[in-house]
Amino acid sequence: MSMVFAPQLAEAAPTSHAGASWSPYDNNGGTCVAIAGGDYCVIAADTRMSTGFSILTRDHSKIHQITEKCVLASSGFQADIRALQKNLDARHQIYQHQHSKQMSCPAMAQLLSNTLYYKRFFPYYAFNVLGGLDTEGKGCVYTYDAVGSYERSGYSSQGSGQTLIMPVLDNQLKSASPLVLPPRESSTPLTESEAVDLIKDTFASAAERDIYTGDGVEIVIINKNGIRRETMPLKRD
Amino acid sequence: MFRNQYDTDVTTWSPAGRLHQVEYAMEAVKQGSAAIGLRSRTHVVLATVNKASSELSAHQKKLFKIDDHIGIAMAGLTADGRVLSRYMRSECINHNFVYESPFPVGRLVVQVADKAQVCTQRSWKRPYGVGLLVAGLDETGPHLYQNCPSGNYSEFMAFAIGSRSQAAKTYLERKFESFMDCSKEELVRHALHAVKESLQEEDLSSANCGVAIVGIGEPFVILDPKTLQAYIESLEGGKDDQQVKVEAEEERPAAIIERQGTAGGGGVGVGAEGEGPTDMET
Repeated sequence: MSMVFAPQLAEAAPTSHAGASWSPYDNNGGTCVAIAGGDYCVIAADTRMSTGFSILTRDHSKIHQITEKCVLASSGFQADIRALQKNLDARHQIYQHQHSKQMSCPAMAQLLSNTLYYKRFFPYYAFNVLGGLDTEGKGCVYTYDAVGSYERSGYSSQGSGQTLIMPVLDNQLKSASPLVLPPRESSTPLTESEAVDLIKDTFASAAERDIYTGDGVEIVIINKNGIRRETMPLKRD
Repeated sequence: MFRNQYDTDVTTWSPAGRLHQVEYAMEAVKQGSAAIGLRSRTHVVLATVNKASSELSAHQKKLFKIDDHIGIAMAGLTADGRVLSRYMRSECINHNFVYESPFPVGRLVVQVADKAQVCTQRSWKRPYGVGLLVAGLDETGPHLYQNCPSGNYSEFMAFAIGSRSQAAKTYLERKFESFMDCSKEELVRHALHAVKESLQEEDLSSANCGVAIVGIGEPFVILDPKTLQAYIESLEGGKDDQQVKVEAEEERPAAIIERQGTAGGGGVGVGAEGEGPTDMET
């Protein structure tokens, strides 16, 4: 950031002018979703990158693999997102040198939160969803705001299509109140392929009404066998 | 070498034009247990003699991964070596962050050498007491360098440092002309032969030596004890290359689907993780 000094005129009155001034941020749009299962995690994001009402590219990945079992999907300002990904990668390399092993997903979740809050007063314009397997091999999803507030949950969505997708996920996946008997698991009861199908349906629906979501959806599935990628085309309008 | 009146300060020259403190630092390297390096057209292999200070203790860690394409073996004050490896790792990570490309090995070696030289010209510092064998890959292929406490560095086809390294060097001098065209397995066997020369009476086993390999398309990896033992047994002619390869493959965890090849062609830390670290080794 640079400071700009303007010379003051003797009789200067405070000026106010309607009109956009320069912003360090831009919103490149897009939506990210993740669903955690008993032994899998599905993370998906559309592949459209836009600015204003224009499409910059139809084929940009918002999903970044940080560790063997942990994947970050982010929507928002792609420049900040790339910087955030590189930051986390470097921190992960250091961790591996020091601990001779990869970071667990819960550890990475905390690191991401701290990294975001570190820039509390000039935030990363990134709306993140972290997904992977925890230390016990169960699926986990962590959802964040721009300054690092986070929570582990069974499913989440972030980005421009968030408000269109979240109610659908709530309808399909939300667990009953913890007061209900018998007690139920917090992660979703769906199988892996059911979760993938649900994701495809939600993205297809979101692409109908959200202009920033479309072109294609990239789906990453993490389970004990490793990481697998699927893509599906979406409406290009 | 004997004490004299010019050896108190690192910043004092002797009348013969020597810096005795720097030479004493190089003595510390010669006292450490041996480290050996050798290279071919496609791979560089580092091997170390692992001496435990007592029967109760584990051995010192002498092989360090610096980045996917660089690793080091050290001889001498391993604590100094750890500090240097931390510096090297940090430089590699920062360079990768800015340029998204691997740090050129030769440049890293020069930076370490310059860092070492500083300690030979400050009265309030002491020279690093560790010698490094740096194995790395760049666009021109695999390279092996040596870093000295004096701030000197040079590139080698094959070299050995540390105690009883002369025996290993003699073996290397006899055989080095054949190294260029060696396969990875042959190169590792040469390295183990060289280690055997340094060990002299003792039998070679995965408990008293360590081996690390870096090669074109293969990130730096320190061999786990099981793979190492297979190589050692192949020295006696007990197993052939295929057998050793099979055992090395079995060590790797279930292949991650849709990654670029199982031979560890990339991915942060996958190669190191896959070899099953012992509690003391990367």
